[in-house]
Amino acid sequence: MSSLDPRIRRAEPELWQLPDSPLQALEHWPTYEVFVQRTRGSHAQHVGSLHAPNPEIALLLAKEQYARRSQCVALWVVPTEAIHWTSPEDEDLFQPATDKTYREPQGYLHTRERLEKYRDRLTPTSSS
Amino acid sequence: MIEALEILVLSLADDDLIMGHRHAEWIGLGPILEEDIAFASIAQDETGHAQAYYQLLTDLGLSTPDEYAFKRKASAFRCAHLVELPNFDYDYAVALMRHFLYDAAEQVRLQALREGTYDPLAGLADRLLREEKYHWLHATTWIQRLGHSTEEAHLRLRSAMQQLWPYAWALFEPMPMETEMVEAGWIAPSASLREKWVNLIQPILEETNLWLSPPTEETLLAVRGGRQGHRSPFFESLLQELTEVSASEPEAEW
Repeated sequence: MSSLDPRIRRAEPELWQLPDSPLQALEHWPTYEVFVQRTRGSHAQHVGSLHAPNPEIALLLAKEQYARRSQCVALWVVPTEAIHWTSPEDEDLFQPATDKTYREPQGYLHTRERLEKYRDRLTPTSSS
Repeated sequence: MIEALEILVLSLADDDLIMGHRHAEWIGLGPILEEDIAFASIAQDETGHAQAYYQLLTDLGLSTPDEYAFKRKASAFRCAHLVELPNFDYDYAVALMRHFLYDAAEQVRLQALREGTYDPLAGLADRLLREEKYHWLHATTWIQRLGHSTEEAHLRLRSAMQQLWPYAWALFEPMPMETEMVEAGWIAPSASLREKWVNLIQPILEETNLWLSPPTEETLLAVRGGRQGHRSPFFESLLQELTEVSASEPEAEW
Protein backbone atom coordinates (compact mmCIF):
# COMPACT_ATOMS: atom_id res chain seq x y z
CA MET A 1 0.00 0.00 0.00
CA SER A 2 1.40 3.39 -0.94
CA SER A 3 1.52 6.20 1.61
CA LEU A 4 -1.11 8.96 1.73
CA ASP A 5 1.67 11.39 2.63
CA PRO A 6 2.81 13.13 -0.59
CA ARG A 7 6.29 13.60 0.89
CA ILE A 8 6.69 9.87 1.33
CA ARG A 9 5.50 9.18 -2.21
CA ARG A 10 8.07 11.68 -3.51
CA ALA A 11 10.80 10.23 -1.31
CA GLU A 12 10.21 6.76 -2.87
CA PRO A 13 11.46 4.76 0.11
CA GLU A 14 11.17 1.56 -1.94
CA LEU A 15 14.21 2.76 -3.87
CA TRP A 16 16.30 3.47 -0.78
CA GLN A 17 19.30 1.24 -0.50
CA LEU A 18 19.01 0.20 3.09
CA PRO A 19 21.73 -2.05 4.55
CA ASP A 20 21.05 -5.77 4.06
CA SER A 21 21.70 -6.67 7.66
CA PRO A 22 20.64 -4.86 10.81
CA LEU A 23 23.19 -2.65 12.56
CA GLN A 24 25.47 -4.45 14.95
CA ALA A 25 25.66 -3.42 18.58
CA LEU A 26 28.73 -1.22 18.22
CA GLU A 27 27.84 0.30 14.84
CA HIS A 28 25.65 2.91 16.53
CA TRP A 29 26.98 6.24 17.62
CA PRO A 30 27.87 6.31 21.31
CA THR A 31 25.48 7.90 23.78
CA TYR A 32 25.96 11.03 25.85
CA GLU A 33 24.19 11.97 29.08
CA VAL A 34 22.70 15.45 29.00
CA PHE A 35 22.53 17.91 31.90
CA VAL A 36 20.62 21.17 31.88
CA GLN A 37 21.35 24.23 33.99
CA ARG A 38 18.04 26.07 34.36
CA THR A 39 19.30 29.36 35.86
CA ARG A 40 22.72 30.88 36.42
CA GLY A 41 24.29 29.56 39.57
CA SER A 42 21.94 26.59 39.91
CA HIS A 43 23.32 23.07 39.65
CA ALA A 44 23.03 21.10 36.40
CA GLN A 45 20.32 18.45 36.37
CA HIS A 46 20.39 15.21 34.43
CA VAL A 47 17.58 15.18 31.85
CA GLY A 48 18.29 12.25 29.52
CA SER A 49 20.65 10.89 26.90
CA LEU A 50 21.18 10.98 23.13
CA HIS A 51 23.28 9.52 20.31
CA ALA A 52 26.10 11.61 18.83
CA PRO A 53 29.43 11.00 17.09
CA ASN A 54 31.34 13.49 19.27
CA PRO A 55 30.81 15.98 22.14
CA GLU A 56 30.43 18.92 19.77
CA ILE A 57 27.48 17.33 17.93
CA ALA A 58 26.09 16.01 21.22
CA LEU A 59 25.78 19.62 22.42
CA LEU A 60 24.28 20.67 19.09
CA LEU A 61 21.59 17.98 19.25
CA ALA A 62 21.01 18.30 23.00
CA LYS A 63 19.85 21.88 22.53
CA GLU A 64 16.78 20.81 20.55
CA GLN A 65 16.13 17.55 22.43
CA TYR A 66 16.30 18.89 25.95
CA ALA A 67 16.39 22.68 26.07
CA ARG A 68 13.49 23.85 23.94
CA ARG A 69 10.54 23.25 26.24
CA SER A 70 11.81 24.90 29.41
CA GLN A 71 14.29 27.51 30.51
CA CYS A 72 17.98 26.73 30.10
CA VAL A 73 21.14 28.81 30.41
CA ALA A 74 23.75 26.11 29.81
CA LEU A 75 24.07 22.49 28.72
CA TRP A 76 26.53 19.78 29.73
CA VAL A 77 27.14 16.53 27.90
CA VAL A 78 29.12 13.62 29.32
CA PRO A 79 29.96 10.37 27.49
CA THR A 80 27.76 7.69 29.04
CA GLU A 81 30.78 5.43 29.29
CA ALA A 82 32.42 7.94 31.64
CA ILE A 83 29.67 7.38 34.22
CA HIS A 84 30.18 4.79 36.96
CA TRP A 85 27.25 3.59 39.02
CA THR A 86 26.41 1.27 41.88
CA SER A 87 24.65 -1.96 41.09
CA PRO A 88 20.87 -2.10 41.65
CA GLU A 89 21.60 -5.17 43.80
CA ASP A 90 23.47 -2.91 46.19
CA GLU A 91 20.39 -0.85 46.92
CA ASP A 92 20.58 -1.98 50.57
CA LEU A 93 23.76 0.13 50.87
CA PHE A 94 21.45 3.09 51.26
CA GLN A 95 19.09 1.59 53.87
CA PRO A 96 20.02 2.56 57.49
CA ALA A 97 19.79 -0.19 60.11
CA THR A 98 18.83 2.18 62.93
CA ASP A 99 16.76 5.36 63.09
CA LYS A 100 18.82 8.09 61.42
CA THR A 101 16.07 10.62 60.82
CA TYR A 102 18.15 13.11 62.79
CA ARG A 103 20.33 13.34 59.69
CA GLU A 104 17.42 14.32 57.51
CA PRO A 105 16.44 17.97 57.11
CA GLN A 106 13.52 17.62 59.54
CA GLY A 107 15.99 16.44 62.18
CA TYR A 108 17.23 20.04 62.38
CA LEU A 109 13.75 21.57 62.70
CA HIS A 110 13.85 22.49 66.40
CA THR A 111 17.57 23.16 66.73
CA ARG A 112 17.15 26.87 67.44
CA GLU A 113 14.53 26.26 70.18
CA ARG A 114 16.68 23.68 71.85
CA LEU A 115 19.71 25.90 71.64
CA GLU A 116 17.87 28.83 73.16
CA LYS A 117 16.47 26.69 75.97
CA TYR A 118 19.97 25.47 76.79
CA ARG A 119 21.39 28.98 76.70
CA ASP A 120 18.66 30.18 79.07
CA ARG A 121 19.64 27.49 81.56
CA LEU A 122 23.31 28.48 81.44
CA THR A 123 22.96 32.26 81.52
CA PRO A 124 21.31 33.78 84.58
CA THR A 125 18.46 36.14 83.57
CA SER A 126 19.21 39.88 83.90
CA SER A 127 16.71 40.38 86.75
CA SER A 128 18.42 37.94 89.13
CA MET B 1 6.82 54.10 0.28
CA ILE B 2 4.52 51.45 1.69
CA GLU B 3 4.79 49.58 -1.61
CA ALA B 4 8.58 49.35 -1.27
CA LEU B 5 8.23 48.26 2.34
CA GLU B 6 5.79 45.52 1.41
CA ILE B 7 8.16 44.23 -1.27
CA LEU B 8 11.05 44.14 1.19
CA VAL B 9 9.11 42.43 3.98
CA LEU B 10 7.48 39.92 1.62
CA SER B 11 10.85 38.99 0.10
CA LEU B 12 12.13 38.16 3.59
CA ALA B 13 8.91 36.53 4.79
CA ASP B 14 8.27 34.41 1.70
CA ASP B 15 11.85 33.09 1.74
CA ASP B 16 11.31 31.95 5.34
CA LEU B 17 7.83 30.53 4.76
CA ILE B 18 8.87 28.40 1.79
CA MET B 19 12.23 27.40 3.31
CA GLY B 20 10.39 26.31 6.45
CA HIS B 21 7.97 24.27 4.34
CA ARG B 22 10.74 22.51 2.41
CA HIS B 23 12.75 21.80 5.58
CA ALA B 24 9.59 20.47 7.23
CA GLU B 25 9.27 17.88 4.46
CA TRP B 26 12.12 16.08 6.26
CA ILE B 27 10.06 15.41 9.39
CA GLY B 28 10.19 11.69 10.07
CA LEU B 29 12.70 11.11 7.26
CA GLY B 30 15.84 12.58 8.85
CA PRO B 31 19.01 10.50 9.09
CA ILE B 32 18.75 9.86 12.83
CA LEU B 33 16.09 10.66 15.41
CA GLU B 34 18.04 13.40 17.20
CA GLU B 35 18.90 15.22 13.97
CA ASP B 36 15.34 14.80 12.69
CA ILE B 37 14.08 16.68 15.76
CA ALA B 38 16.73 19.40 15.49
CA PHE B 39 16.07 20.02 11.78
CA ALA B 40 12.28 19.99 12.26
CA SER B 41 12.71 22.58 14.97
CA ILE B 42 14.72 24.79 12.62
CA ALA B 43 11.94 24.41 10.03
CA GLN B 44 9.39 25.50 12.61
CA ASP B 45 11.53 28.54 13.50
CA GLU B 46 11.58 29.64 9.85
CA THR B 47 7.81 29.41 9.58
CA GLY B 48 7.52 31.44 12.78
CA HIS B 49 9.86 34.08 11.38
CA ALA B 50 7.68 34.36 8.26
CA GLN B 51 4.63 34.91 10.46
CA ALA B 52 6.43 37.65 12.41
CA TYR B 53 7.36 39.46 9.17
CA TYR B 54 3.79 39.26 7.80
CA GLN B 55 2.55 40.65 11.10
CA LEU B 56 4.61 43.83 10.52
CA LEU B 57 2.52 44.42 7.39
CA THR B 58 -0.71 43.55 9.22
CA ASP B 59 0.20 46.19 11.81
CA LEU B 60 0.34 48.72 8.95
CA GLY B 61 -3.21 47.81 7.92
CA LEU B 62 -2.26 45.42 5.11
CA SER B 63 -3.26 41.71 4.91
CA THR B 64 -3.07 39.20 7.77
CA PRO B 65 -0.38 36.50 8.05
CA ASP B 66 -2.93 33.81 7.05
CA GLU B 67 -3.97 35.78 4.00
CA TYR B 68 -0.34 36.26 2.95
CA ALA B 69 0.54 32.59 3.51
CA PHE B 70 -2.59 30.85 2.25
CA LYS B 71 -4.59 33.16 0.02
CA ARG B 72 -2.17 34.70 -2.43
CA LYS B 73 -1.68 33.71 -6.02
CA ALA B 74 1.71 32.31 -6.99
CA SER B 75 2.83 35.45 -8.84
CA ALA B 76 2.37 37.56 -5.68
CA PHE B 77 5.11 35.63 -3.85
CA ARG B 78 8.60 37.15 -3.77
CA CYS B 79 10.81 34.30 -2.56
CA ALA B 80 14.04 33.28 -4.27
CA HIS B 81 14.01 30.05 -6.29
CA LEU B 82 16.54 28.46 -3.92
CA VAL B 83 13.85 27.86 -1.31
CA GLU B 84 11.35 26.49 -3.83
CA LEU B 85 13.55 23.62 -5.05
CA PRO B 86 12.06 20.25 -4.02
CA ASN B 87 13.94 17.77 -1.85
CA PHE B 88 14.44 15.84 -5.07
CA ASP B 89 15.68 12.45 -3.94
CA TYR B 90 15.87 13.23 -0.24
CA ASP B 91 19.64 13.47 -0.13
CA TYR B 92 20.45 14.94 3.28
CA ALA B 93 23.65 16.48 1.92
CA VAL B 94 21.50 18.71 -0.31
CA ALA B 95 19.27 19.65 2.63
CA LEU B 96 22.29 20.55 4.77
CA MET B 97 24.00 22.53 2.00
CA ARG B 98 20.83 24.53 1.28
CA HIS B 99 20.41 25.15 5.02
CA PHE B 100 24.03 26.34 5.20
CA LEU B 101 23.85 28.68 2.18
CA TYR B 102 20.45 30.03 3.20
CA ASP B 103 21.18 30.61 6.88
CA ALA B 104 24.47 32.34 6.01
CA ALA B 105 22.38 34.75 3.92
CA GLU B 106 20.01 35.14 6.88
CA GLN B 107 22.92 36.10 9.12
CA VAL B 108 24.03 38.79 6.71
CA ARG B 109 20.69 40.34 5.91
CA LEU B 110 19.36 40.24 9.47
CA GLN B 111 22.50 42.01 10.67
CA ALA B 112 21.94 44.64 7.98
CA LEU B 113 18.27 45.04 8.94
CA ARG B 114 19.19 45.38 12.60
CA GLU B 115 21.29 48.44 11.67
CA GLY B 116 18.48 49.80 9.49
CA THR B 117 16.32 52.86 10.07
CA TYR B 118 12.90 51.19 10.08
CA ASP B 119 12.50 50.44 13.79
CA PRO B 120 9.86 47.66 13.68
CA LEU B 121 12.01 45.73 11.20
CA ALA B 122 15.28 46.47 13.04
CA GLY B 123 13.74 45.29 16.32
CA LEU B 124 12.38 42.12 14.74
CA ALA B 125 15.74 41.37 13.10
CA ASP B 126 17.41 41.69 16.48
CA ARG B 127 14.98 39.13 17.94
CA LEU B 128 15.24 36.70 15.03
CA LEU B 129 19.04 36.75 15.14
CA ARG B 130 18.89 35.08 18.56
CA GLU B 131 17.27 31.98 17.03
CA GLU B 132 19.37 32.22 13.91
CA LYS B 133 22.50 31.85 16.02
CA TYR B 134 21.57 28.19 16.54
CA HIS B 135 20.69 27.70 12.86
CA TRP B 136 24.11 28.96 11.86
CA LEU B 137 25.88 26.85 14.49
CA HIS B 138 23.95 23.78 13.33
CA ALA B 139 24.75 24.42 9.65
CA THR B 140 28.45 25.17 10.07
CA THR B 141 29.02 22.27 12.48
CA TRP B 142 27.62 19.72 10.03
CA ILE B 143 29.28 21.17 6.91
CA GLN B 144 32.67 21.26 8.65
CA ARG B 145 32.22 17.81 10.16
CA LEU B 146 30.96 16.10 6.98
CA GLY B 147 33.31 18.10 4.76
CA HIS B 148 36.19 16.36 6.53
CA SER B 149 34.69 12.88 6.85
CA THR B 150 34.37 10.13 4.23
CA GLU B 151 34.83 10.39 0.48
CA GLU B 152 31.12 9.69 -0.03
CA ALA B 153 30.11 12.54 2.28
CA HIS B 154 32.42 14.92 0.45
CA LEU B 155 31.18 13.85 -2.99
CA ARG B 156 27.56 14.32 -1.92
CA LEU B 157 28.25 17.79 -0.49
CA ARG B 158 30.16 18.74 -3.62
CA SER B 159 27.36 17.69 -5.91
CA ALA B 160 24.84 19.48 -3.65
CA MET B 161 26.96 22.62 -3.89
CA GLN B 162 27.09 22.42 -7.69
CA GLN B 163 23.34 22.01 -7.88
CA LEU B 164 22.50 24.83 -5.43
CA TRP B 165 25.23 27.38 -6.07
CA PRO B 166 23.56 29.55 -8.77
CA TYR B 167 20.26 29.48 -6.86
CA ALA B 168 21.98 30.58 -3.66
CA TRP B 169 23.76 33.39 -5.51
CA ALA B 170 20.35 34.57 -6.80
CA LEU B 171 19.15 35.10 -3.20
CA PHE B 172 20.82 38.48 -3.66
CA GLU B 173 19.10 39.41 -6.88
CA PRO B 174 18.13 43.10 -6.46
CA MET B 175 14.55 43.64 -5.30
CA PRO B 176 12.13 45.87 -7.20
CA MET B 177 12.22 49.43 -5.70
CA GLU B 178 15.51 48.58 -3.99
CA THR B 179 16.80 52.12 -4.56
CA GLU B 180 13.97 53.49 -2.37
CA MET B 181 14.69 50.92 0.35
CA VAL B 182 18.38 51.78 0.41
CA GLU B 183 17.75 55.54 0.36
CA ALA B 184 15.35 55.16 3.28
CA GLY B 185 18.16 53.38 5.13
CA TRP B 186 16.12 50.21 5.77
CA ILE B 187 18.72 47.83 4.31
CA ALA B 188 22.06 47.82 2.48
CA PRO B 189 22.12 47.17 -1.30
CA SER B 190 21.89 43.51 -2.37
CA ALA B 191 25.32 43.59 -4.00
CA SER B 192 27.01 44.62 -0.75
CA LEU B 193 25.06 41.98 1.20
CA ARG B 194 26.21 39.34 -1.28
CA GLU B 195 29.81 40.41 -0.74
CA LYS B 196 29.40 39.94 3.03
CA TRP B 197 27.75 36.57 2.45
CA VAL B 198 30.68 35.43 0.31
CA ASN B 199 33.11 36.57 3.02
CA LEU B 200 31.17 34.49 5.54
CA ILE B 201 30.93 31.22 3.59
CA GLN B 202 34.06 31.23 1.44
CA PRO B 203 36.55 30.39 4.24
CA ILE B 204 34.40 27.47 5.44
CA LEU B 205 33.85 26.10 1.94
CA GLU B 206 37.49 26.53 0.95
CA GLU B 207 38.69 24.82 4.06
CA THR B 208 36.44 21.82 3.29
CA ASN B 209 37.38 21.93 -0.41
CA LEU B 210 33.81 22.70 -1.46
CA TRP B 211 34.18 26.26 -2.75
CA LEU B 212 33.15 27.08 -6.33
CA SER B 213 33.87 30.24 -8.30
CA PRO B 214 30.92 32.62 -8.84
CA PRO B 215 28.29 31.38 -11.31
CA THR B 216 28.31 32.84 -14.82
CA GLU B 217 25.74 35.45 -15.88
CA GLU B 218 24.28 32.88 -18.24
CA THR B 219 23.65 30.37 -15.44
CA LEU B 220 22.15 33.08 -13.28
CA LEU B 221 19.65 34.13 -15.95
CA ALA B 222 17.83 30.84 -15.53
CA VAL B 223 17.45 31.08 -11.76
CA ARG B 224 16.69 34.78 -11.22
CA GLY B 225 13.33 36.53 -11.11
CA GLY B 226 11.98 35.26 -7.80
CA ARG B 227 11.95 38.74 -6.28
CA GLN B 228 9.99 40.02 -9.31
CA GLY B 229 7.27 37.41 -8.85
CA HIS B 230 8.46 34.87 -11.44
CA ARG B 231 7.99 31.42 -9.94
CA SER B 232 10.03 28.31 -10.63
CA PRO B 233 8.27 25.27 -12.14
CA PHE B 234 8.22 23.68 -8.68
CA PHE B 235 6.19 26.37 -6.96
CA GLU B 236 2.63 25.65 -8.08
CA SER B 237 2.49 22.14 -6.59
CA LEU B 238 4.24 23.34 -3.43
CA LEU B 239 1.65 26.09 -2.93
CA GLN B 240 -1.17 23.62 -3.52
CA GLU B 241 0.19 21.35 -0.81
CA LEU B 242 0.90 24.25 1.56
CA THR B 243 -2.66 25.59 1.25
CA GLU B 244 -4.47 22.25 1.03
CA VAL B 245 -5.80 22.23 4.58
CA SER B 246 -6.71 25.93 4.80
CA ALA B 247 -8.44 25.73 1.40
CA SER B 248 -10.53 22.77 2.59
CA GLU B 249 -12.19 24.96 5.26
CA PRO B 250 -11.50 28.62 4.36
CA GLU B 251 -13.65 29.96 7.21
CA ALA B 252 -12.20 27.75 9.95
CA GLU B 253 -10.40 29.36 12.87
CA TRP B 254 -7.17 27.61 13.78
